[in-house]
Amino acid sequence: MSAVVVGYVPGAEGRAALDAGVAEARLRGARLVVVNTTRGDALVDDRFLAGDGLAELRAELDALDVVAELRQPQTYDDVADDLDTIADEVGADLIVIGLRRRSPVGKLILGSAASRILLTAHHAVLAVKA
Amino acid sequence: MEAFGQLMGGFADAVTPLNLLFALIGTLLGTAVGVLPGIGPAMTVALLLPITYVLEPTGAFIMFAGIYYGGMYGGSTTSILLNTPGESSSIMTALEGNLMAKAGRGAAALGTAAIGSFVAGTIGTLLLALVAPAVVTLAVAIGPADYFALALLAFVAVSTVLGASPLRGLASLCIGLFLGLVGTDLLTGQQRFTFGVPQLADGIDVVVVAVALFAVGEALHVASRLRHGPVEVMSSSGSFMTREDLRRSWKPWLRGTAFGFPFGALPAGGAEIPTFLSYATERRLAKHDSFGKGAIEGVAGPEAANNAAAAGVLVPLLTLGLPTSATAAILLAAFQGYGIQPGPTLLTTESSLVWTLIASLFIGNTMLLVLNLPLVGVWVKLLKIPRPYLYAGILMFASLGSYAVNADPLDLVLLLVIGLLGFAMRRFGWPVAPAVIGLILGPVAETNLRRALAISDGDLSALVSSPFSVVVLLVAVLAVVGPPVLRRFRQREAVAA
Repeated sequence: MSAVVVGYVPGAEGRAALDAGVAEARLRGARLVVVNTTRGDALVDDRFLAGDGLAELRAELDALDVVAELRQPQTYDDVADDLDTIADEVGADLIVIGLRRRSPVGKLILGSAASRILLTAHHAVLAVKA
Repeated sequence: MEAFGQLMGGFADAVTPLNLLFALIGTLLGTAVGVLPGIGPAMTVALLLPITYVLEPTGAFIMFAGIYYGGMYGGSTTSILLNTPGESSSIMTALEGNLMAKAGRGAAALGTAAIGSFVAGTIGTLLLALVAPAVVTLAVAIGPADYFALALLAFVAVSTVLGASPLRGLASLCIGLFLGLVGTDLLTGQQRFTFGVPQLADGIDVVVVAVALFAVGEALHVASRLRHGPVEVMSSSGSFMTREDLRRSWKPWLRGTAFGFPFGALPAGGAEIPTFLSYATERRLAKHDSFGKGAIEGVAGPEAANNAAAAGVLVPLLTLGLPTSATAAILLAAFQGYGIQPGPTLLTTESSLVWTLIASLFIGNTMLLVLNLPLVGVWVKLLKIPRPYLYAGILMFASLGSYAVNADPLDLVLLLVIGLLGFAMRRFGWPVAPAVIGLILGPVAETNLRRALAISDGDLSALVSSPFSVVVLLVAVLAVVGPPVLRRFRQREAVAA
């Protein structure tokens, strides 16, 4: 059975990616693998789900009409590598990620995980705008 | 009542716009470093020591005092919301505080911590203002031999009482004492451990050692285990303190203060022990079995204790020149940087500085209460800073500060070498505080020892000639011998039973 990997973060871009991923999985008759990961270099990272947020997402995935699982890899390394590794592992057809608008200053200071995924992943990538 | 008049004079000096600004900067900075685990007031004051070269003493000490008090406040936030104590003195707060936050009572826990800190800080500072002049009148009679005995007690107490292993504490102390020896002997002009390096003849600058041990050592330690999972943040929402909370909190606040202040003032000081004691007491006194389910008493007591201890630590520092915590040792170094030697004469020679400092403690305390609760969100945001950025910044400040001391590249080499030592100490669980206290108090103790011996013409019995020094030395011996003996005794009892 083929698979669709979704890179999920809480917020608009994660929501867009998840919706698109669910639609793709339905279309392809594939299972859905939702990945929520972190670089783990700060003490607090609210994009790494825990507590209520985690429970809500799990409940949402369980209610879907496609086979879905949630993975939170604990390698605490490059986010793009995490996604690609999991995509290899599950034999994914497609990786789905969300994009957000970035300010010029933001582009200067921070490296974008999305652009790293687009450039380095060994799979087809679907980028959805939030 | 003379003290009261001087305190009012101190307030008049402290309420100038510039000094208020320094107090604000200090309290903000102090809370920020208190919130961040691994970065404490001692490191921050050490990093800021170079500014003492340009700032006048009053402003600098107002800021340092703000950092010191702020650090005690800030630690509670991470303890309660993240279950990750920012400082060793808020470990106890994490136990019940985090449980309260999990039960949706985060706001009340933060509230009782902040108000308790304020109450304890204010009472502690008031006690400081009352006790300091009295201690000074006693301390004037203290001779060099007595002072040496006191310093010895401080060494032993700090090394053996804090931390897990007395042996490691003493070893760390010896490292500090050794680093303090480097340089030219003031009495004979002989060079000690300088290895013929001319720059070492003046000794290794305290700024370099302190910054290396605290900042570089910690940065390397964090870098060595950079990545681990993020911690879940509890919500700080929920209802603020209710009348019931207040009723349950006020007694622990006062009891915590009663534990904290004397322990801070004793040479065996530090803020950790009173927080343990306060927690244990509240747990025993609790009528209902709410402990273990988020009891507000378990937050109120320890938080009051650590702030009262912070005030208590200033008593021996200002009246005897005796630091009993790492931060106090760095403050002593700052005094020395200005050519001021804290001791019995400080209150008369630098009267306005001391009273302005005490007045600014009251002001800083009030600022902390006002700042802390509304800004909790900001403090938690600080924790999102990725560690590489944070520690890169700290390392840059560390290098800048060390280089600025003498504009000598050798200081940067020393910074790195001692920084590696600091990393090794953390890696193998050696406490850093005894090393810093040994480094700063060591030379002072040596001067007093040699002065005492010079007066007695080399007769060692002069060290135990006064009843005061005999008692102090006995307590010091007990601090070393007591715990292991007690432990063995208890083991035997356990075997017998």
